[in-house]
Amino acid sequence: MAAAGNGKLLAVENLVVEYPVGSKTVYAVSDVSLHVDRGETLGLVGESGCGKSTLGRAVLQLRRPTAGTVTFDGTDLTKLEGEALRRMRRRLQLIFQDPIASLNPRRRIGDIVAEPLVITGVTDRDERDLRVRAVLTAVGLDPDLTMGRLPHEFSGGQCQRICIARALILEPELVICDEPVSALDVSIRAQILNLLEDMKRRYGLTLLFIAHDLAVVKAVSDRIAVMYLGRLCEVAPTEQLFARPAHPYTALLLDAIPVPDPSVRPAVNVPIGEPPSPIAPPSGCRFRTRCPRADQRCADHVPALREISPGQLAACHHPLGVAN
Amino acid sequence: MTGQPLLSVEGVSVELPTPRGQLLAVDKVDLEVAAGRTLGVVGESGCGKTMLSRAILQLLPKKAALSGRIMFDGQDMTRLSPEALRRLRGPSLAVVFQNPMTSLNPVLTIGTQLIETLQAHMGMAAAAAAKRGVELLAAVGIPAPEQRLRQYPHQLSGGMRQRVAIAIALSCEPKLLIADEPTTALDVTVQAQILDLLAREQQRRHMAMILITHDLGVVAGRTDEVAVMYAGRVVERAPTTTLFSHMRMPYTAALLAAIPKLDSPPHTALPAIAGRPPDPTRPLQGCSFAPRCSHADDRCQRAKPPLGAADHIGSQYACWHPLQPAAMARA
Repeated sequence: MAAAGNGKLLAVENLVVEYPVGSKTVYAVSDVSLHVDRGETLGLVGESGCGKSTLGRAVLQLRRPTAGTVTFDGTDLTKLEGEALRRMRRRLQLIFQDPIASLNPRRRIGDIVAEPLVITGVTDRDERDLRVRAVLTAVGLDPDLTMGRLPHEFSGGQCQRICIARALILEPELVICDEPVSALDVSIRAQILNLLEDMKRRYGLTLLFIAHDLAVVKAVSDRIAVMYLGRLCEVAPTEQLFARPAHPYTALLLDAIPVPDPSVRPAVNVPIGEPPSPIAPPSGCRFRTRCPRADQRCADHVPALREISPGQLAACHHPLGVAN
Repeated sequence: MTGQPLLSVEGVSVELPTPRGQLLAVDKVDLEVAAGRTLGVVGESGCGKTMLSRAILQLLPKKAALSGRIMFDGQDMTRLSPEALRRLRGPSLAVVFQNPMTSLNPVLTIGTQLIETLQAHMGMAAAAAAKRGVELLAAVGIPAPEQRLRQYPHQLSGGMRQRVAIAIALSCEPKLLIADEPTTALDVTVQAQILDLLAREQQRRHMAMILITHDLGVVAGRTDEVAVMYAGRVVERAPTTTLFSHMRMPYTAALLAAIPKLDSPPHTALPAIAGRPPDPTRPLQGCSFAPRCSHADDRCQRAKPPLGAADHIGSQYACWHPLQPAAMARA
């Protein structure tokens, strides 16, 4: 795709994240492998509880994986600890869904945005001030009208701009955006999506863009990975995924998107039922309990992620558009 | 529209006191809904769509000041006693809220909440109500309804809870159902199922429905008519197909354009709407959308455009410079 092709910046291999809830185990991420090329945006979509946010956190080692590796620019982050991990983390940043909740309500915007500089030992106040002003201007805010004020004086969209400024001030290489626009209104959402695209170009960023909304993910991603109940279903270049989904779950997600056009009949073939619990995922293919194509093989064997067509991987025994 | 509308909202305004002054949440709104029809109310957060639904239900905060008339089934809701309102809510007028976790009582079983409603409003005996409860849960697509009746809300998924809330709302066969962002808290596949369920029950019962949402995609395929709200006012109103084919109000067109399109290639810049909605405690003299509108001129800053009478295609809009078909293609 367009900006990609300069080698892998991030490679996640056989990642497993499990954690206990009472006496049970949540299988949040099960054997997921994916990579993000330098300069690329990889969209990660799935419904709530599919493990997409857990995966994002496991990449940053905010939640330590149970197994597997997370290789960032040649270094396995799962092996790092303490100062070495902190040093590496400066090159990776995270933007959260709720921009208001992720800003300390008692601190001034200037201090919030400067905080990463303080933490990383930039002691010169003037230099910090200069860099804060530059990054606030870059995200479309007037530093003079912003730095002295508190988060509650700003709208959700402006708070998300502030969060983006804070994430960018250390000039990271990889930014993980976890549902960055889902809490925003439609008119503001477009502003923030455009801003993320601008910032990506300006700062040469690589993005892992996590969201549940396929239309939003499509707008920014070079490739898309679809997750269901802790496992990857499909990975494909964006336009290919939309034109020829191979996994029945991807097709279901595409059908369920409400289209703002009355001449498009809403899908009526959305199967009844909801994702099962990640505490007791189905055997074999985890989507089989809702899949119109499922048979005994799907219950007995976990389908491996395999190449269906060039660049398009799917984990399905009976992929769409392929003769069995 | 046939004959007398079931619901007619006439010049309704809602004002709320805030520390920063009076907030005009709803500003002289007129709407009608006929029996068996679905009206979509679309707008972004703070546009007054939820306050309008609270006004119709007479569930406004105590300090809110309401003016105007709300005629429902021949009675003015604003003049009814609390007792008369209680008799009306449930059997005639029901609501489904956005968050099914907060609208269900967490310490009562699903069965108790459903059966209580049937006993209170329909005068059913306990056994009959229990039997009807099972039927209702089955009708909204809940598997193993007998067992579900004995469960508590926290034991159900978000989608299942919303089905229960819909079952309770439908239990008294209401004439009008208000669904306020009924699927916003749900996943996209579950959203499609819940919207299908509401549409099916609405047709089967010949019930009128007001579907409130921020998503133009949700109203497109599932409503007869749409009212678009901005800063407390209805700024455009038209039959659904007309609205989408002949958008007249620049705000509606901008809202539609700001939604990422499934058929545009990745990295297409979105036509975002600059700025943000006005402060509702500081109403503007002119059109509330003027500061963000690319068509605005002096007149828009000075004078508020009224919502005009319906034109020949049934479209009403509050705009001095409505979009023309050529401009619509660009918008």
